[in-house]
Amino acid sequence: MSEELALEQISPVEWLLPMSGDMRVPGRIFADAQTIDQLHKDVAEKKEWNALRQVRNVACLPGIVTAALALPDVHPGYGFPIGGVGAFDLEEGVVVVGGVGFDINCGVRLLATPLQGNDLSDIREKLADDLYRTVPAGLGSEGKLRLKIEEIDELLREGAHYAVKHGYGFEDDLASIEETGKIADADPDVVSRIAKQRQFKQVGTLGSGNHYLEIQTVDEVLDPEAAEIFGLEKGQITISIHTGSRALGHQIGQDYLKDMEQASRKYEIHIREKELVCAPIRSPEGRRYLSAVICGSNCAFANRQVITHLVRSSFTRVVGLDSTSIRTVYDIGHNNAKIERHQVDGETRELLVHRKGSTRAFGPGREESPPAYRQVGHPILVGGTMGTVSYVMRGTTLGMEKVFGSGIHGAGRALSRKKAAKKYWGENIKEELAKGGITLRAHSLRGVAEEAPGAYKDVELVVQTATEAGISRPVVRLRPIIVIKG
Amino acid sequence: MPFEYLDHTADVGLRGIGETVEEAFSEAAKAMFNLMVDLDQVAPKRQLKVAREAGKLDLLLVEWLSELLVQKDLSGLYCSRFCVDIAEKPDGLHLEGTAWGESLDLSRHSVKLEVKGVTYCGLHVVQKGKEWIAQCVVDI
Repeated sequence: MSEELALEQISPVEWLLPMSGDMRVPGRIFADAQTIDQLHKDVAEKKEWNALRQVRNVACLPGIVTAALALPDVHPGYGFPIGGVGAFDLEEGVVVVGGVGFDINCGVRLLATPLQGNDLSDIREKLADDLYRTVPAGLGSEGKLRLKIEEIDELLREGAHYAVKHGYGFEDDLASIEETGKIADADPDVVSRIAKQRQFKQVGTLGSGNHYLEIQTVDEVLDPEAAEIFGLEKGQITISIHTGSRALGHQIGQDYLKDMEQASRKYEIHIREKELVCAPIRSPEGRRYLSAVICGSNCAFANRQVITHLVRSSFTRVVGLDSTSIRTVYDIGHNNAKIERHQVDGETRELLVHRKGSTRAFGPGREESPPAYRQVGHPILVGGTMGTVSYVMRGTTLGMEKVFGSGIHGAGRALSRKKAAKKYWGENIKEELAKGGITLRAHSLRGVAEEAPGAYKDVELVVQTATEAGISRPVVRLRPIIVIKG
Repeated sequence: MPFEYLDHTADVGLRGIGETVEEAFSEAAKAMFNLMVDLDQVAPKRQLKVAREAGKLDLLLVEWLSELLVQKDLSGLYCSRFCVDIAEKPDGLHLEGTAWGESLDLSRHSVKLEVKGVTYCGLHVVQKGKEWIAQCVVDI
């Protein structure tokens, strides 16, 4: 292992990457020993893409505050690692496209139904078929909503509010979405015409890859007080929607990657990897990109809102459920960069916090959380794999201090897509899931193989590590019964 | 081996290889579309033209691949055959490309995964001996 990437163990779940070379802050990694071994192994094997080097590279960026962070679901990404968090001073710091990624505000929406697990036993296959038909998913799928360019502009300004205004869902949904489903002051003019045109047919589509729609049951309540506040109880049927800002977000990422490449040269910012191209936060380029991220975020909120409506319509058709009885518990993104207030060395500072494959995880008392959840902190939605459990967690005061109020977003991949596709067959995975009581409908069997549960780390271990580190606490565990994949 | 994939945990590294830089660019495009749909199922029924510019070869590769992703959404064309011409002019490198393909037909095409974007991660366009290599990581 190269000397500069040697970690020092702080606790069983916390590791320090000491400052060396041109690092401006140390790296701090919260992970189990097995994950740390893998990170070391990737370095020793000189893997071109390894998360430890990515943490080090982020630590070298101008204006980074306290540490470059990686959470327990850390694995190699592009630019930032997945599970990576970086907070930057607004005057000295930079905004990095590789700290947000192409799928801006990709995230999870959790819905709670009044149903209990066995209520669906006779109609499970029928419901799966109906959801598969109703929610557009997979490569080349098209949404039912067709928007003109001026309507896209309104959607970018209004986010989930646009969808509700046009009959996709209810006012009550909005209070239970991060940022109420609409980040203010979005300027659609900073989004290219091509980005908008690419979105024409993609509003209300799930996409592919790791995106999913799951029907789940609350398998175990681990924090009764918070579970009650979130309105979740054992045996209850819930619904999770994992998707993002679709082609509009992808094109913003592509457009601004090019802008930032030019800005990096213009402002002579030294970067250690091309994907870390960036601009000073206060520069015209930086401001424009952050404004575009707001548009992308609103697009993702609207997308999950439209899909919520489609899922409700399916439940009404197949189960006879009144759609108002399906409640939004929370909706939270895990690819974003936001200006937030944090305590740093006893001082309150405004920072730009990048979270790549990491959610906001604000602990009790923060005004950004919906009033109903403020007392315990808002829900953090942790997606498992299609064969394993997911979790609802909540933030902690310690998490605010240690990781700028950030949480894990999922299990984190262990195997590459190439290796997973060699090891698993989609059809076999489908059969195995069926044996475990999980009904799968998927548009691509190859996609199922790449997303096989065995390609991911153990979500239980990842949740346990975050819990042991004290940065989040588990509230309920969710077990899938129907999985729809793109 | 005209194109190949590189191990990347979350996304996919792709590499086009050719005797000329143009061939390597064409192969990289094949590698990208082959992630979405089996190339041998895609007939070259329709064509589209792409013209892009950049200061450097590696940035030109990103321009080329990302423009094909744009066209995939705008015209619905999934491509399997490519022809690229790159010319060095005083104001930079100019690429003119043609791609042939067809619309997606779920009854004939076995679809795979969507490519979200073309990153600068692992981005290289280099000549090694007699071979040109054009590679990058694409976001899945």
